[in-house]
Amino acid sequence: MTDASVSSPVLAVENVAGHYADSHILHGVSMHVSPGEVVTIVGRNGAGKTTLLRAIMGILTKRSGSIKVFDKETIAFAPERIARLGVGYVPEERGIYATLDVTENLMLPPKVAEGGMSVEQIYQLFPNLRERRKSPGTRLSGGEQQMLAIARVLRTGAKLLLLDEPTEGLAPVIVQQIGATIELMKKQGLTLVLVEQNFRFAARLADRHYVMENGRIVDAIERSQVTARMDAIKSYLGI
Amino acid sequence: MSMQALFGQLLVGLINGSFYAMLSLGLAIIFGLLGITNIAQGAFYMLGGFTTWMLFRWAGIGYFWALLLVPVIVGLVGAAIEKTLLRRVYNLDHMYGLLLTFGIMMFIQGMFVYFFATAGRPYAVPPELGGAYNLGFMFLPKYRGWVVLASVVFCFATWFAIEKTSLGRTLRAATENPTLTRAFGVNVPGLMTVGFGIGVALAGAAGVLAAPIYPVSPLMGADLIIVVFAVVVVGGMGSILGSIVTSMMLGLLEGLTKVVYPQGSNMVIFVIMFVVLLIRPAGLFGRER
Amino acid sequence: MSQETLQATSPVTAPGLKSAGRDLTLVWYGLGIAALLAAPFFFYPIFLVKVLCFALFACAFNLLLGSCGLLSFGHAAFFGAAGYVAGHAAKEWGLPFEAALVCGTAAAAAVGLLFGYVSVRRQGLQFAMITLALAQLVYFLALQLPFTHAEDGLSAIPRGKVLGTFDLDNIFVLYYATAVVFLIGFVAMHRMTNSTFGQLLKAIRDNEPRAISLGYEVHRYKLMAFVLSATMAGLAGSTKAIAFKIVALTDVHWSTSGSVILMTLLGGLGTLFGPVVGAAVVVSMEDYLADSGLPINAVIGAIFILCILLFRRGIVGEIQHRFGKR
Repeated sequence: MTDASVSSPVLAVENVAGHYADSHILHGVSMHVSPGEVVTIVGRNGAGKTTLLRAIMGILTKRSGSIKVFDKETIAFAPERIARLGVGYVPEERGIYATLDVTENLMLPPKVAEGGMSVEQIYQLFPNLRERRKSPGTRLSGGEQQMLAIARVLRTGAKLLLLDEPTEGLAPVIVQQIGATIELMKKQGLTLVLVEQNFRFAARLADRHYVMENGRIVDAIERSQVTARMDAIKSYLGI
Repeated sequence: MSMQALFGQLLVGLINGSFYAMLSLGLAIIFGLLGITNIAQGAFYMLGGFTTWMLFRWAGIGYFWALLLVPVIVGLVGAAIEKTLLRRVYNLDHMYGLLLTFGIMMFIQGMFVYFFATAGRPYAVPPELGGAYNLGFMFLPKYRGWVVLASVVFCFATWFAIEKTSLGRTLRAATENPTLTRAFGVNVPGLMTVGFGIGVALAGAAGVLAAPIYPVSPLMGADLIIVVFAVVVVGGMGSILGSIVTSMMLGLLEGLTKVVYPQGSNMVIFVIMFVVLLIRPAGLFGRER
Repeated sequence: MSQETLQATSPVTAPGLKSAGRDLTLVWYGLGIAALLAAPFFFYPIFLVKVLCFALFACAFNLLLGSCGLLSFGHAAFFGAAGYVAGHAAKEWGLPFEAALVCGTAAAAAVGLLFGYVSVRRQGLQFAMITLALAQLVYFLALQLPFTHAEDGLSAIPRGKVLGTFDLDNIFVLYYATAVVFLIGFVAMHRMTNSTFGQLLKAIRDNEPRAISLGYEVHRYKLMAFVLSATMAGLAGSTKAIAFKIVALTDVHWSTSGSVILMTLLGGLGTLFGPVVGAAVVVSMEDYLADSGLPINAVIGAIFILCILLFRRGIVGEIQHRFGKR
């Protein structure tokens, strides 16, 4: 497993299998993320990236294998217990509540650890949200919703963040802003797992890329290898 | 017909409307959070009335303490039922939830009929609320005015708790997207227990308010729940305020019918439901889904 | 999340087993008819008459639930209304047995058309709530209309003679007449379930948006099924009124609607013979409990709860599951 000299991983996934009623399936996925790392999971549509995040979060209930979060075995945990270990989740569909306004959306997730950002700090980081704080969550633009979804987990003090396609369908300016936010999070020492379609975006941020195909992790590419292995990456992603 | 009779009946209508409002509010909370149409809501109303009576009869605990204690007791009974029974049908077709609460209703009512028979038991109006005000055009018995006031307070407090507090915020979030809310670290299953408790506690509170007006009997909630269903259908599954307004309106109409055409008074709400379904299938405040 | 649906497909309609299934059904029919013929020599005929009336009623309820997925909480309205009309026709108008049945059944069909028209547009729980409320309207009418005699109900309804010759006061005649009525209703409903119309209803049940996009007038088909179910419930109610010479408020009360749900649930939702078995069990149980001094409704409530938590397939459904399933 991991080198004894390195501090133990924040997230260690070993041989995880999982399934839905429909066809998204995981077959023996293993991966690990060390403290402060940014790791991306890349792959084509339907490779199982979102499902993997859902399995880690415990939302995918039919799962087996071993998932250790901060050294705790969570395979039998309910989602709320996993979250309380210090995991923040930004789902693919953003998950903004229509029946809650922006502030309420922001305040909803309970604090899971010390050291989260204050509401004031969050509004400084995302001034747009301050302006819209009384609007129902789903009245926001796509970009604002994405910012709110990220801001929401920054307040909780979670140390491991799972972000599912944070740039999907957003304008380049907003993608840049989100990139900057992620870099800031990294500077603060947070650990990030990022599912991303946009490889150019991912390449700038990530320490390591896991490549998924048909519910398996087929390759792991370190940051230093990216330029050298560009052809392989292109063929994995079909670009 | 005298003004006194007219206003008297309108007052009774308003009181019934208050009960409809409290029961349908509880129904709406439970439906939103658990996806269960709680047909046992009327049985919990009866439980509230009976617990009030029993507290006084067996423990000498009076009305105002009952008003505090009974909703808590009924809520706890509800929470226990949610944890042991309802929990098991969440993943099944919603109809099983309805059928399960139907069984629970039959069980609770059946047990009370067995031990207490069906006769009504009187419960005295608390002395502080005895007597009446002379309003000029009618005498307003203090207690009846109190019931309307108290139920408005209960409904408003519930509305406030749902719209303006952190518990309410979490409740709304769990209603809208339970899975994601769990992924944020909220104990949604626990919240569902609490939500069911609150929903039936409202019915229990209505039972306390009813005890000095209607005789306390094991079947006092049996027909009431059906009227409340009709009220919910008329109002549509929409806003909280919409269902309160509908409840009061239908209560008043029922009272008015009692004056104009007494034979039709227990049918009028069902007739209105029929007409509303013909004209506006989604209900007055509902949206077509 | 996978949701367990209410309707178990009966093996009779399982695709690919059609001809084998049909043979099997014929065998079952043969056995059933033999049992119907022989039963009065083993059981008390009046008891059997009651079972058959409720079995037909439960089949009617199951028809709507099984083929459309609509859970009616107000079927007592049709059962009871038909009983009142049939009883009145026999007693006050002096109509013969058959004509009284027709009157009662037609009344149930009319009430069904009225109620179905406003309720089938709603689904699931709303539908259940609406049918319950509408049935309560019928209950209050029965309490107040002049010809239903409020709490007294109708009593001493003359049974008359079948075809003007066989006296129904002979309990064997009564039993076989009821058996024939039951068989007619049962076969009619079974045929309907397996007809094109029945298949269409199932298609609507399984995927309503698709049926709508294919151009089917979904509400009209549902309404037809609703009326048919109400009519059959009415046939059961009329027969029961004449056979027992009495119609009372309990016949239109929601507890009767609940009782028929329990019969179907206990016997097996969506199965062919489940409602019949369930009716036999529930009627025997009610008869037994009535003399036992136990709290009847509480016991029935408890059975309801246990059934839903532990025994959702019902008796026939469980048997089908254990044996002979594919």
